[in-house]
Amino acid sequence: VPPEVVRGKRAALYFAAVAIVLGLPIWWKTTETYRAPLPYSEISGLNALQLRLMVPITVVFTRESVPLDDQEKLPFTVVHEREIPLKYKMKIKCRFQKAYRRALDHEEEALSRGSVQEAETTLAEPQEQAEGSLTVYVISEHSSLLPQDRMSYIGPKRTAVVRGIMHREAFNIIGRRIIQVAQAMSLTEDVLAAALADHLPEDKWSSDKRRPLKSSLGYEITFSLLNPDPKSHDVYWDIEGAVRRYVRPFLNALSAVGNFSVDSQILYYAVLGVNPRFDPASSSYYLAAHSLPHVINPVESRLGSSAASLYPVLNFLLYVPELAHSPLYIQDKDGAPVATNAFHSPRWGGIMVYNVDPKAYNASELPVKVEVDIVRVMEVFLAQLRLLFGIAQPQVPPKCLFSGPQSEGLMAWELDRLLWARSVENLATATTTLTSLAQLLGKISNIVIKDDVASEVYKAVAAVQKAAEELASGHLASAFVASQEAVTSSERAFFDPSLLHLLYFPDDQKFAIYIPLFLPMAVPILLSLVKIFLETRKSWKKPEKTD
Amino acid sequence: MAAAVPLAVLALLLLGPGGWGYAEPLRDSLREELVITPLPSGDVAATFQFRTRWDSDLLQEEVSHYRLFPKALGQLISKYSLRELHLSLTQGFWRTRYWGPPFLQAPSGAELWVWFQDTVTDVDKSWKELSNILSGIFCASLNFIDSSNTVTPTASFKPLGLANGTDHYFLRYAVLPREVVCTENLTPWKKLLPCSSKAGLSVLLKADRLFHTSYHSQAVHIRPVCRNARCTSVSWELRQTLSVVFDAFVTGQGKKDWSLFRMFSRTLTEPCPLASESRVYVDITSSSQDNETLEVNPPPLTTYQDVILGTRKTYAVYDLLDMAVISSSRNLNIQLKWKRPLENGYIHYQPAQDRLQPHLLEMLIQLPANSVSKVSIQFERALLKWTEYTPDPNHGFYVSPSVISALVPSMVAAKPVDWEESPLFSSLFPVSDSSSYFVRLYTEPLLVSLPTPDFSMPYNVICLTCTVVAVCYGSFYNLLTRTFHIEEPSTGGLAKRLANLIRRARGVPPL
Repeated sequence: VPPEVVRGKRAALYFAAVAIVLGLPIWWKTTETYRAPLPYSEISGLNALQLRLMVPITVVFTRESVPLDDQEKLPFTVVHEREIPLKYKMKIKCRFQKAYRRALDHEEEALSRGSVQEAETTLAEPQEQAEGSLTVYVISEHSSLLPQDRMSYIGPKRTAVVRGIMHREAFNIIGRRIIQVAQAMSLTEDVLAAALADHLPEDKWSSDKRRPLKSSLGYEITFSLLNPDPKSHDVYWDIEGAVRRYVRPFLNALSAVGNFSVDSQILYYAVLGVNPRFDPASSSYYLAAHSLPHVINPVESRLGSSAASLYPVLNFLLYVPELAHSPLYIQDKDGAPVATNAFHSPRWGGIMVYNVDPKAYNASELPVKVEVDIVRVMEVFLAQLRLLFGIAQPQVPPKCLFSGPQSEGLMAWELDRLLWARSVENLATATTTLTSLAQLLGKISNIVIKDDVASEVYKAVAAVQKAAEELASGHLASAFVASQEAVTSSERAFFDPSLLHLLYFPDDQKFAIYIPLFLPMAVPILLSLVKIFLETRKSWKKPEKTD
Repeated sequence: MAAAVPLAVLALLLLGPGGWGYAEPLRDSLREELVITPLPSGDVAATFQFRTRWDSDLLQEEVSHYRLFPKALGQLISKYSLRELHLSLTQGFWRTRYWGPPFLQAPSGAELWVWFQDTVTDVDKSWKELSNILSGIFCASLNFIDSSNTVTPTASFKPLGLANGTDHYFLRYAVLPREVVCTENLTPWKKLLPCSSKAGLSVLLKADRLFHTSYHSQAVHIRPVCRNARCTSVSWELRQTLSVVFDAFVTGQGKKDWSLFRMFSRTLTEPCPLASESRVYVDITSSSQDNETLEVNPPPLTTYQDVILGTRKTYAVYDLLDMAVISSSRNLNIQLKWKRPLENGYIHYQPAQDRLQPHLLEMLIQLPANSVSKVSIQFERALLKWTEYTPDPNHGFYVSPSVISALVPSMVAAKPVDWEESPLFSSLFPVSDSSSYFVRLYTEPLLVSLPTPDFSMPYNVICLTCTVVAVCYGSFYNLLTRTFHIEEPSTGGLAKRLANLIRRARGVPPL
């Protein structure tokens, strides 16, 4: 073989080698999409997460509550666990962990006082109880602390009182009473179901069921006074005082749930979108129940978006109907006027119609000076605020004395209930977000995953696990904080704009650009490789023949 | 909203009555004003101003309660610690040469300048967020403001309101000349007005008329002002201004007369009940100077004289809060008529609609003898849709010739002739008056070359470079891999054989 041919063959082989060893990796590396590793297996593990919600209950026995020998053999703790049936992939179990102990001296003294409220204030003083925990005092059967026909008492703080019994089965009977009270004061199935409303299949919780506000880091509350007819009505409302006296205390009690900001505005010439019907019988106007949904949209354009923050806005509108349409009443589905003359729309806010006293028109000429009875209005708005947050009316067990909320309008255990619901909702939201993000990234291979997105995902997964652990060990406050972190991190990862960079880069355009370069370069290399391969095979066969 | 639930039973919360707050004196006030100025060129300028003053310190109160001041802007002031904010959105250009000096000029497009409080630490970040939010509030593309078009002027743009320090570090200024102002910018602007567009002067703000003008500028100015003469405390002032210049020739069929109804297609019916002052000023300066050349109807009750922008002006004042102004005819339609027609002319202009109808401009002009009249039309070169280009787009596009129809005075008086008997060539155009004759002249058609895009440039560049690379590579490859060796001529090439054939035919010995 002449040396020139060998040199040519060697050059062709070098070309092929350079193209394969150097060219291909460079091309691969420069056009590769960067994808940071993600904890896929842990994310799919979150789907089958088992949540154990622990409610620590301290049961305190006073001296004459149960027979003495029963007191002697008190167990330290009893766990009462039950599964909450929800059609949801996340299994939720609720466990009441009862820790028994005898009453201390100062507790004995407090519980021997005249009234239950007095006892409660003396008991509450030494230490504030942790969120989510309950203390149940078992008092003697004949104690005068409760009225004779009442068996138990639920207080505004995290305490309850249960009447004891002198009986052979005393322990079991009291145990049942305690569970009854504890269930009324802590999480129940419908609270969790309402919190998970977005994640449950539609057939179970249809859309007309009330859905509480979605969990968020903060909320904006706007009170708006709508005066569509400033020529006839000169309306004044003392909203500053009302916010200070009624709204702020309520929101301070709720402050564990999120940040709240409050403001108010007066909008003139803002009308409802629906023309009210005239009712000749009572010579008044009415809005039928089926037309209420159409009221909100036209008004909303005037309300003004909250420009300065990203938190969801709750609107409370006080509507003073124009002179031509007053008095105006809201009818319910049966056609009867609603007592409060108000309605609310879940996740949006509430509207109250405030009719001007007709006597005012006789006295003076237009415009009539109207001073709003702010107490009546705030009662309605605060009740609506409770409903919007999903704080349901408490279900009091039979024969139970119920104290009702204190001045701030919210009981401590209602807040706990809300925190539980919000934590579970946050966990469900974070899990769904992470799962769909993982699915999306798995399905579309040319999405760039940057390091900061990956770190947010890791953070979210860790926060979900931490929240679940804290819930299982009964630390509600820290569990709630961790669950909020999980939602924030997961959403930040999901909505990161860097995920969209290469998404809309179609393959055919890529090939249109590659082919003019790659085809002329690859064809000679391939052809010469084929030729070399054929020649070597021929030269291998030749020696065999000579043999 | 999907569902609305009537609130049925409410016995849960019973609030104790608090101390009754008596009605405080109102802490905010609204003044509105419209100035109508007939311009020297025959156009009419209308300038609206709505001023809301609020005696409140927005920066220190945690909970804010808004009455006349719009909540959206109030929240901005407190969240971003603004000291002053000036935003203007303008379409068109104020032609000082024809229209005289403006009250408040603004550059074409969007202009935003903001003074921040000196407590702001990261001014650039606040500026960026603020421009994004303003773009949401006013539906304008202010979100395109970034460091590449933001400047910090050091000498100009001093604060217009109360200021104790003017460290220009807290000033940011940006202009977006491309911004197109349209209805979607006006609607949010109108929503900020306390009376919306239901009563008072704001009734006149009808979008389809306001944008059918030669100049449209709307602005928002927020600044702190002194609350009282001794300036012991600060109030906030929000001024919303809107200036438009109506092309009186287009809307008024060549006459300079105008009325509110003709300009705005609305009349004033009632004052805004929230306004403490609501006035219309009409500039009637030329009336007092040139001895009653114009007439305003209804006649004004009062006039106002002042030196504005260096000249003495007289205004007719209509106070809407004065019952007598409106109650006589249930609405107020101010009309202005010029008593002596200024010139004998007629201009009819019908603007084009893209792809539907061309422009039409007709002018009736009386030309003096030996004069040159020049009619020039400005136009913009625009790119067509790519399917609308002709197969030879570089040839250009034709503009049809203009037509001049004229009655030219005749040198010699022609005698009246009988139509039927005169030659045909002289009786095409009917002539009523024998002292003049009719001609119709046409100009040349105009060939305008419009910009044509290169439809396939990017792909061509890619293909060309790839081909160059491939050709270089191919020759290198061949050079390096092929083996070259001299081949001994055995029978010779085709050329040699051909030559031998010819040689044999000629009887010459072969090579």
